[in-house]
Amino acid sequence: MSHDEQGESAGAAKHLCPSERVESFEIRYHSCLDPNGNVKGAAPAFANDRDLMVNLYRGMVRTRTFDEKAVALQRTGRLGTYASSLGQEAVGVATAAAMRPDDVLLPSFREHGAQLWRGVSPLELLQYWSGDERGSDFKAQRLDFPVSIPVASHIPHACGVGLAMKIRAENRAALAIFGDGATSKGEFYEAINMAGVWDLPVVFVVCNNQWAISVPRSRQSAAQTLAQKAISAGIEGFQVDGNDPIAVYDGCTYALDRARNAGSPTLIEAVTYRLGDHTTADDARRYRSDDLVSPHWKQDPIARLRTFLTHTLDWTRQEEETLIADCVSEMEKAVQTYLALAPEPVEAMFDWLFEIAPRALMEQRKQAIGLTDMPGDGS
Amino acid sequence: MTELTLVEAIQTALARALSDDENVILLGEDIGRDGGVFRATDGLIERFGAARVRDTPLSEATIAGVSVGLATQGFLPVAEIQFMGFIYPAIDQMLNHASRLRSRTRGRLACPMVVRAPYGAGIHAPEHHSESTEALFCHIPGLRVVIPSSPARGYGLLLSAIRDPDPVIFLEPKRIYRSIHEDVVDDGTALALDHGFILRAGHDVTLISWGAMISETLAAAERLSADDIDCEVIDLATLKPFDKPLVLESVSRTGRCVIVHEAALTGGFGGEIAASIAEEGLFNLLAPIKRVAGFDTIVPMAKLEDHYLVSGSRIRQAVKEVMEFS
Repeated sequence: MSHDEQGESAGAAKHLCPSERVESFEIRYHSCLDPNGNVKGAAPAFANDRDLMVNLYRGMVRTRTFDEKAVALQRTGRLGTYASSLGQEAVGVATAAAMRPDDVLLPSFREHGAQLWRGVSPLELLQYWSGDERGSDFKAQRLDFPVSIPVASHIPHACGVGLAMKIRAENRAALAIFGDGATSKGEFYEAINMAGVWDLPVVFVVCNNQWAISVPRSRQSAAQTLAQKAISAGIEGFQVDGNDPIAVYDGCTYALDRARNAGSPTLIEAVTYRLGDHTTADDARRYRSDDLVSPHWKQDPIARLRTFLTHTLDWTRQEEETLIADCVSEMEKAVQTYLALAPEPVEAMFDWLFEIAPRALMEQRKQAIGLTDMPGDGS
Repeated sequence: MTELTLVEAIQTALARALSDDENVILLGEDIGRDGGVFRATDGLIERFGAARVRDTPLSEATIAGVSVGLATQGFLPVAEIQFMGFIYPAIDQMLNHASRLRSRTRGRLACPMVVRAPYGAGIHAPEHHSESTEALFCHIPGLRVVIPSSPARGYGLLLSAIRDPDPVIFLEPKRIYRSIHEDVVDDGTALALDHGFILRAGHDVTLISWGAMISETLAAAERLSADDIDCEVIDLATLKPFDKPLVLESVSRTGRCVIVHEAALTGGFGGEIAASIAEEGLFNLLAPIKRVAGFDTIVPMAKLEDHYLVSGSRIRQAVKEVMEFS
């Protein structure tokens, strides 16, 4: 078949029946800062709030500092497999910053920035990624969900949390974050569909970092944008520049207000880039060259906001040094505490499975404790 | 006291739970105006409103997933999956989330939810409507699996399942939805989970079953009494965790055991019971344990369905074999 024939058969011209437009859609991309940290056009009023901007910046630096510590610990055999959020810190941090304390965050496994902002401690994150399940019993953050390792399966939970808020007529919202790969999965479609039908106060944030392990965004979906998947569910959807914390904050604030005030769901696609490997168990050079990655360093959200702060809000070198020293010191302290932690007793694997434990399980619990008391190599 | 069918007893228990606790929410496909395809929710939307008796889009995974979310917020969701054949997309939610959320947050978040589904063959339903795959769920740590076999036990066990602080899979044998009538007292009294029921006391052989097969098993026991074989019949009722002390005690008295289930033999829950008896009650046995189960085939559609189902004669034959052994 020639190109002409393909074009004709694909086009509307060949259809003989008359047609009319029944609906049309548009997907918009929101951004505020250009890659150099300069404001494009008019910035939202909150961009002049120095405390907020500095806090966003601090949140991102804190996240990256944590990330570097975590990767270093893993590389030296002191942490389990870890998923770095290098390069996409603005998505997690600015999303969480737009939330209120009584909203509920349902994160995927790469949203350390959001979790840290919401009050999960660096120690708890280290515990979780080292395989200590106490790390999801957040001491200062009782509402948020633990990370979801299975991709997309936590998205329906946000609908359940949002439904609970709606039934109780609370002025709250649930916010789920997940990756670009998640938008190919059934539970994503089911969840946004149900949120649309039931008009739930839920914000769905796609952190589109362009890679689902080795599969690039272009091989994940033929959809021109991931935000347009909202259209299939009849809900509002738009893109934001995910490396622009001001745009992310603005988009999430809008969507969260909409959820709280109108009780309606929104899908936000935050377009960013995964600068690191999928996890510490991954070697991204197997499927993408460094040449492909390096241009994206120019989009680095931290450098971008630093430039904005320096040019627009008189951020000083002294402030920068203090902030970095604070973050490093916080993470070093967390690491020291983490390394000194004793593991839970063996019975912990039994003690939280049920509120009312079955008798047979208690027998196994006794057996497990007995095994640890036996002499020998513990195998 | 009113004589009810199983499906009426389920409906009565749901109504009782809805009126006793405002946190109880029902959700599922066609459970609202239609009252559920088996009418298990008949009239409930009229009594309790569309906010609490919720028709969902066709989304089995998300029916379970929304229930997880609701449960973490203090609600007590009771989800209906229209047929067991359609429950499999929800396994992801039950296995990866509902069953482990309490443990992985060390008690911070919990999942007090029930997933109900009609299961089993015998009503000449279309393809995919007749399987008994309860053993799949029994293999998942953190879940309870409950199967009633009569209207009164349906009522009492469902109330317990709804009030239980952890997730419960509640499977309803649809073949006996309307075939058995029994007095049910709608006074909110629940029947404890994790306990089996001795439905018939006997000395010679212990018959263990659950769900629709209880009717066949009781009938077989009755017929065998004419041959002077005295059968004890146990309704397991809660499969996970099953009442092992009750089973071991019964078998220690009778010395013989026949396990009857509709599900396919291989990997069926009968194997777990047999293994437990072998581990802890072997020297009480006078004869090998027998399993009377579905064949390891796909449950056939209507024309061959009756040949698949465990019959009274197969049960009686197995009992006679263990009796003849010693």
